[in-house]
Amino acid sequence: MQFLNGITLLLIFQLAGEITGVWFQLPIPGPVIGMGYLLLALLLYRGVPAALDAAANGLLMHLSLLFVPAGVGLIVYFDYIAREWLPITIAVFVSTIVTLGFSALLMQILQRYFKRSS
Amino acid sequence: MTPAESSLSQLWVYLAASPLFGLTLTLVAYGIAYRLYLASRSSPLCNPVATTIALIIAVLLFTHISYQDYFSGAQFVHFLLGPATVALAIPLYRQLRKVQQIFIPLVITLVCGSAVGALSALYTAKLLGASEPVLMSLVPKSVTTPIAMSIAKLLGGIPPLTAVLVVITGIIGALLGTRLMQLLGIQDDSVKGIAMGIAAHGIGTARAFQVSSEMGAFAGLAMALSAFVASLVLPPLIHLLGF
Repeated sequence: MQFLNGITLLLIFQLAGEITGVWFQLPIPGPVIGMGYLLLALLLYRGVPAALDAAANGLLMHLSLLFVPAGVGLIVYFDYIAREWLPITIAVFVSTIVTLGFSALLMQILQRYFKRSS
Repeated sequence: MTPAESSLSQLWVYLAASPLFGLTLTLVAYGIAYRLYLASRSSPLCNPVATTIALIIAVLLFTHISYQDYFSGAQFVHFLLGPATVALAIPLYRQLRKVQQIFIPLVITLVCGSAVGALSALYTAKLLGASEPVLMSLVPKSVTTPIAMSIAKLLGGIPPLTAVLVVITGIIGALLGTRLMQLLGIQDDSVKGIAMGIAAHGIGTARAFQVSSEMGAFAGLAMALSAFVASLVLPPLIHLLGF
């Protein structure tokens, strides 16, 4: 029952987020707004209910699984990717490494700078 | 065809089109991939997402089952991305004090990191002669799937191709992320997590959770916030650059 209650809560917050997004025509997806709502609710509640924690843990433990169906979509775009595989592969590869390194170094430098100045 | 054979093929036709097949295949393939990953002592080379996708594609090609038929079952797993995104509020809530401490550096890193993620892919591919729809599909490749697809649509890319590029990006990030952080001498788990979330969204976050819950929480935070930032910043930025 606990797991079910937790899942129900997550769905309610997602639904609230989706409705907000559609209603105000926001460019932000519903689940992200739902996450914002849940964060606010947790701040007001001052803690994480056990049922919610159980459901969230279950989902986040195997987050990778949830990306599989979209990834299998590769099969539909074989032709596209086969035609432009070189620019696509190099661009994704280079860009991912550059973004990882850039973000980590920038964050580290800024954090040190702000720590020193405060 | 003997009667037994024809009833067998009928059974096959029925099974292939039923949602049960896609769903079971997804879970079984993931179960195998995850055991492989554990057996390799969590080697990033055995990343469970990559192995699972490869296994499923092999089965679909071998059995001539269409992606559409597969997805009719797999959509139940795909659907859970929504509640899982909402659930990220919980690790975030637990790290909130730390988030407050690093708020300004975090915001600057998010904006610059998202822009670097989009522009580095865009210009590398342009230099190598990729076509316009592929370029626009590449722009949001570091952003989490549902948001990346809506950005691609806005820019004139191909949303389902973006979904695939997003997953490939995530896998590369998960494969190389921790090693790269080591090479750059970055030790703080929160900094590593933030970089993973910006560059490699949910798949990077899943990988980060395997390292530590702190790294996972910050990756989840960075993924969510950078999705928010990207949906606001990327479309005007790309138009400004004359695409």
